[in-house]
Formats: sequence, structure tokens, C-alpha cells
Amino acid sequence: MANVTFKNISFRYGSNQILKDFSLEIADGEILCLVGPSGCGKTTLVRCLLGLNKPETGEIYVGDTCLFSASRRVNMAVERRNIGIVFQDYAVWPHLTVSENVGYPLKKKRVAKAEIAQRVKDTLALVNMSEYANHLPSQLSGGQQQRVAIARALVSNSSIIVLDEPITNLDAKLREQMLEEIREIQRKSGTTILYITHDQQSALQLCDRMAIMEPDGTLCQIGTDEDIILRPSNRFTFEFIGISNFIPVEAEGGTLCLKPEGGRFPWPDASLPQGLSTKEPLEVGVRPNDIVFDPDSPLKVTVTRSVFLGSEYDYFVTLGGKELRVQQNALDAAKYGVVREGAETGIRLLNYRFYPKKEVTGV
Amino acid sequence: MSRSRKNRDLAAIDGKRFSMDGALTVLSVVLLLIVVVIPVASIIYNSFFFQGHFDPQLFIGQLTDPGNLSAMWNTIKIAFWVTLLGTILGTFYAWLLGRSDIPAKGLMRALFNIPYMFPPFLGAMAWDLLLNGRSGYLNKLLVSVFHLESAPVNINSLGGIIFVEISYYFPFVFMQVVSALERMDPTLEECARIAGAKQMTVIRKITLPLVVPAISAGALLIMTTSLAHFGVPSILGFSQNIFTLPTKIYAVISRTGGSFEGIRQGAALSIMLVVVVGLALILQKKLLSSGSYDIIKGKSMRPTLIKLRGAKAPLLVLCIATLVLIVVVPLVMIFLVSLVRAYGLPLIPENFTINNYLKVFKADGTKGSIINSLMLSVGAGIICMFLGTLIAYVVQKIKPKGKEALEILSVLPYSLPGTVLAIGVILAWSGALFGISLYNTLWIILIAYIARYLSFSMKSSSAALLQVHPSLEEAARTCGASHMESLKDVTLPLIRPAMVSGFFLIFLPAMREVTTSVLLYGPKTRTLGVQIYALRDAGMIPQAAALGSIAIVIIIVCNTIVTEITKDRKGV
Repeated sequence: MANVTFKNISFRYGSNQILKDFSLEIADGEILCLVGPSGCGKTTLVRCLLGLNKPETGEIYVGDTCLFSASRRVNMAVERRNIGIVFQDYAVWPHLTVSENVGYPLKKKRVAKAEIAQRVKDTLALVNMSEYANHLPSQLSGGQQQRVAIARALVSNSSIIVLDEPITNLDAKLREQMLEEIREIQRKSGTTILYITHDQQSALQLCDRMAIMEPDGTLCQIGTDEDIILRPSNRFTFEFIGISNFIPVEAEGGTLCLKPEGGRFPWPDASLPQGLSTKEPLEVGVRPNDIVFDPDSPLKVTVTRSVFLGSEYDYFVTLGGKELRVQQNALDAAKYGVVREGAETGIRLLNYRFYPKKEVTGV
Repeated sequence: MSRSRKNRDLAAIDGKRFSMDGALTVLSVVLLLIVVVIPVASIIYNSFFFQGHFDPQLFIGQLTDPGNLSAMWNTIKIAFWVTLLGTILGTFYAWLLGRSDIPAKGLMRALFNIPYMFPPFLGAMAWDLLLNGRSGYLNKLLVSVFHLESAPVNINSLGGIIFVEISYYFPFVFMQVVSALERMDPTLEECARIAGAKQMTVIRKITLPLVVPAISAGALLIMTTSLAHFGVPSILGFSQNIFTLPTKIYAVISRTGGSFEGIRQGAALSIMLVVVVGLALILQKKLLSSGSYDIIKGKSMRPTLIKLRGAKAPLLVLCIATLVLIVVVPLVMIFLVSLVRAYGLPLIPENFTINNYLKVFKADGTKGSIINSLMLSVGAGIICMFLGTLIAYVVQKIKPKGKEALEILSVLPYSLPGTVLAIGVILAWSGALFGISLYNTLWIILIAYIARYLSFSMKSSSAALLQVHPSLEEAARTCGASHMESLKDVTLPLIRPAMVSGFFLIFLPAMREVTTSVLLYGPKTRTLGVQIYALRDAGMIPQAAALGSIAIVIIIVCNTIVTEITKDRKGV
């Protein structure tokens, strides 16, 4: 069993509190993507798991093994934790060849030479790097170095592998391919994978479950990708995953009214959900693909730009003085017609959500 | 459960009382204590205290002695002119060889680096042989050709000392600036040209300001070296009673035959020297407080070369003339004199003999001095290589509290004149502490060498360690390596080239060292430099020249080996 449990982990650098009572459970054999903006403490959490940082409080378990417990004064040495890791910068040793790099964990485990050779060969085959076995890292491209790092994490059959933003340096195509390979590797080996990223796109592509971290290091939502996208738990998740539009909204005499800068649009379609009052300023959030064109709607917009992206049209429209993003998939565009730049039309909002208005801090 | 526990006691929470990081830190502190702190503290203590109580008499007496004041004044004058002219010369030639289309660059660059390897006191010897006021070969020639009353040039003067020091110290600036020019992004200059600036304006407004940090680093090196320099002023100045602080200290100590009183006087003079060096450092910082520019890139790019056109031929002649003057003439002179039967005979083939070389090996202690120098240089090189790496590791990776103090302690001896260091070592390790007396043994010289050269290897290893990203070591840990194993398998192999080059950075100057050895040697512990110096002092000038030639050959051979070793290291 290799489920991973973080219980009430707190960590700080000096007076800078990074994590506070952070808890997270990763199920055996799943790919969990931990997504959060840069600097929110993702890497710190990984370093706690590896034993490179010592938390102030809390416990960390892998299966039944206690790796760390502040109260019981347990702190297993880094080298005994047996967790595969692919560092952000790969950390492939430049003075060792590809096969020496990959064979190193086995060498440290005192595995017999012949077996090391065989397992290195198999693992390199798994990541399609067999032909580079005797190359030095300086002779490899970034993507190839990364595969070496992945092979090194895989070779000792660790029950957990941690990938810390491993594909940020790759080009789009290679990134796609790498994600496929990680998925494939996981399917073959059944390893638990903790995938750390700030890039929600790759997280969506790869994960079984996603955990969203806020900038202050708290966990704000954990769930499947559908959960996260369709049922975001708060404004941060909604804004962080995907593109979002926000329009200030106010109630005026029983009906709601959209009030973007320099405009006022009565919005009879909608009503305020239970439990929300207009006492405090509210905003309505809506995704670009949840806005549809409807010439009869009272929400009148001007289309300022229209871009064809292959599978969809991307529009920039202005509602009053506010610029909104609208996406229309190619099928709908064919059915209802493409809206031309400069055209004036109406829009209708679907799947919108109300959130308290955020202070204007330029976030 | 205390919440304030630091990350540092990772090991302690494992149940280990003894962490390796702690052990390394303690070890480096202890070693620095032995080679740096105790000697420096001894100097201060002995200048102001006598038999346990405060006694400023000696210090005040030394400070008000007119001879000492004139020595101090000479030191300052020499350092000022050497720094000023050496910097101008170095920058000019660096630009000429780095940025213009002057021919035969590779060869000339190699030749310009020779003065850096060549022991300055041998150069001083060569010029003394040529332009000595009474008996210099060139002077005699000029007198007879032009029927002059007296020698036209006297190298045994302040001017002569300045001239010889410049010719050996300008490469400090030259090398720094050449490498800065090479790393500078040429597009910066091209942009200025495109924006309409003239060639001279570009040099003045773009190129020069960008290399100012390199120039100032080189100038600093020239200044501190010149202030502390012993060899040249001692060879050229003693006969005319021209003293600088380092030579004065030597004179005081050798006059009193190494008595405690003499050493105490030396210690007081040392403090004067240290104050002068300190003031000069502050002044230099004030004058050249330029920001550091990060636009000098690590990438090597091909800069656009500036066409010299009509100036090419005269500048080439100037270059060659400079090289002949500072490299060829002294070398040839030393070699020719080493062949002559007796000093003063004309340098013609009839007077040549190989006997000097045979004689010098029969002379007392020559063989011993070569062996001593080899042992000391290799020993100091190896010890510094490991100790410097240890301190660099503690400072860069373990980062204990007060790491700045450690760093300062390890580079402190670098700005301390060798003479001062030698006195400190004598005071500390000749029986005053714990009854340990290393006086007249090789060990005392070894300690001084280590203190003097430690910063070389520390800087070299430090730079390399900064390149080793922490994740490389951490990756090894997560792969199942203990801390020790991760050091052995990852960090050490990665910084090995820097350690090796650190070794040679120490080995070469240690082979030709005179300044400290001349105060520390005993009857059986002469070094190569001391032996040459002593032979010359005893009037055995052709033999001294012969041993000097041997020393030059040893240095050139070693240097060639170094360049060969460092050339084909793997691209890590």
C-alpha cells in the first residue's frame, strides 16, 4: 500500500509561514496533481515529504510507515524514505552517463551488478532512451534529460514518485508527449504519482484527482477534474483554472443589474441565489464558453475582435466599458453563424456564479 | 513540543547527536584558528603588550622613528605609481589584444602572461645586473660607447623599483580586463555604433565603463601586492638604503639576529604596514565604487574587432618592444650571467662555462632547497586544496550562523602582507603557545604558506560549488545515498577540476615564494627562493643566476603541465 498522508503539516522559513496545518491524502495508485500559483508552498510540501525540510508540526505517512512525526519525534533520513523524485531542474548528474545516472539508486541499494544492468536497460526502454545509454547529460536535450530523471525515479520501483513541475521547460509538443508517457508509465507500474505544477492545463490532462492550493498555502479544493471545473468551491479555484470573466452586479428594485464600468444593464434572466445579499458588492463570474450570442438579449455588446483558433472562435466583446472573453465552438459557429468584428449583438450568460467582489489589488 | 526547533537538527531528531555538518563546521573553525587567528592575534598582542602588561612604548617608538616613516612613505609612493601606471598599461594592452586587429594575438597574449609566472625578484636581479649604478652591464656599455662621466641610469632607485614592479604586476590588470572584454556582449558596442557614436566615443562611453569592475579588481590586486612586496625593493633598494616597510621589517629582524626584541619591533612595523594596506583598500573602494554590471555574459561571443589601420604598425612595434623589455631582456640576462665564469666579465662566449650549474649544486643546501620548496609547495597545495574546499563547502552549503566571519577569516591573510603573516606565525608558533615550537622547521613555513594561499583554493572551490545546484546532492540523497555518499559521489567529482586548478594556483607561487620564507627559514629549511636570494647576497651572482634559471625552467614546466591538464577536462 502506498497511500500518502499529510497530517497538519506546518512549515516556515524564518518568520515566513509557508504551510499551516496542511493535510492531504493521496490514494494508492492514483495520479494526484497539486496545482497552485508559484510560491504557494507546493515545493515545500514535496521537500517535507522527501525529508529535505523538517516541518514544525504534523505527521507524514506512506502506507503504514511513519516518515515523520513531530509529536513522536520520528524523522526518517532522506535516503531511507524510498521516494522517487523528478526535480524541477531534473538534477541529472552531469558527470555520469545516462546509464550511470539511472543505475545510481540501485547501486546505493547494493543490487548485484548484472541485475542493475538489466533493470537500467528495461527502464531506459520504458522512457525511450535506450540509444542514449552511454551519453553524458551535456549531450542531451532538455526533454531527454528529463526522461533520464524520470527513469532514475522509476528504476528502484519506489511506490511513490513525485514530479515537481517537470515539464515546464519543454515545448508544447514534447510536453504533450511527456504527459502521455507519464500516464503510460503509471498504468504499467501502478505507482502512486504526486504531480506538482502551476500549469492547470497539464494537470487537467494528466490527473485522476486535483488538489488546488491557494497562494497562502491552504488547500482550497480537492476533487476530480470535472469537480474542479464544473463545481469550483470558491472564487480562487474558479479564477485559477481556466479563463474567467467577472462583471460587477447589483440589485435594483427586485431585479439584478450588471454594472460594468461605464454601463448599466438590467439582467432579468437571473435572480440572486439564496443566502447571498447585495449588501456587500458582488460580481458574477462566467466562463468564456458559457457566454452565447443572442441578438434579443438586453445585454448588448460590441465585438471588438474575433480570432479563429481552429476548433473554436475566440471573441473579445465589450459590455459597457468592460472587455469580456467569449468562446464559441466551431460547430455552433457553423450552426448560428460567426459574429463579425464590429458587430453589435446581445449575449446571454449560462452557468454563472456569484462571488463577493474582490478588492482591486491588481491580482 | 517546542515549535521553535530549527531545521538544522534534522540529524538530532533522528537520534544522532553528532551531525556531519556540525563536524565539518567545527573542523574548519579549528583549522582557521591555527593558521589565521592565532598568528594575527599574536602580532597585535606582542606589539602592545610586553610580559603580560600593556606597553605602548615600543609601538610609539617605532611609529616615530624617522627611518620607519620614510620606509612607510616609500612603500606608499611605490604602490601608488605601480598601481597607476600598471593599471593604465594593463588596460591599454588588454584592449589592444582583446579588441583590435593587431596580428599575432595568441602568441603575444601568452608572452604577456609570462611576467605573471616569473618571480619578480629574479627580474629585479636581471635589471640590477644590467643597470646597476656601478657595475651594470648596460651601464658600462653606455658609458664606454658615449664616453659618459657616470652611469646614465641607476636601477637602484625608487624609479627603478617602480619600473620593475610595474613590469611584473601589470598582467594582473591585463588578464582581468582581457577576460572581461571577451565575456562582454559585443552587441552593446554595436548598438552604440548603430546609434551614431564614433569609435572613440564607444570606447570611452561603453567599453571602458563596462570593464571598470575588472580594471578595479586588477588594480586592487596590484596595489595590495605592491604594498606587501619584498623581493624587488630588497634587491634594488638595500644597497642604496632605500627601504620599504616589508624590507625594513626584514632588516630589523635580521639585524637583531632573530631575537625576540627584533621580532617585536617587526610586529609593530607590521601593524603600520597593515594600517597602510587597510587605508589603501578603503581609499580604493571610495575611488572606484562602481556598481557591478551583470551584462558581462558567460557566453563567449566573437566581438567585432576594431581596425587600427595606419596605427597598426607602430602599435605592433610598441607591443613587441614592451615584450622584449619586460620578458626577453631579463630572461636572457639571467641566463647569460648564469653562464659567465665570474661576475663582471664581458658576456662573450669565451667567458662562458657550465661550471656555475655544477657549483651551485655543490653549494650548501641547494639540493635541499629545491626539495624543501617542492615539498612545501605540494604540501601547501594539497592541504589548501582540501581545507579551502572544506571552508567553501561550509560557507556555501551548510551556511552556519556566522558564516561571514568564516569567510572573512579565510580571505584575511590574502590582504595581509606575507611579511606580516610570517611574523605572526613566528610569534604564535615558536614556543609561546602550549610550548609548541616549530621555529626553524618546515612546519612553520608550511603554516605560513597555508595561511597565505588558502583563499586561492577557497575562491576556486567556492565558485565551483556555487555551480553545483543543491538539487544534485538532494537527488543523490533521495536515491538512497547518505550525506557522506552524496558528497563523495556527486559534489566532489563535480568540483574536482576546480580543486585541481586551486592546487596549481597555490603550487606555482609557492615554488618561487621569498617574502615569507626569508623570515621563516632555518639552517636546514631554505627554500628555492631563499637560496637564490642568499647566493646573491653572498656575492655568488653567477651561481644565483644559474639557480634562478633552474627555477624558471621548473616553473615553466609546471605551468605547461597545468595548462595541459586543465585544457582537456570534461565539459561538466
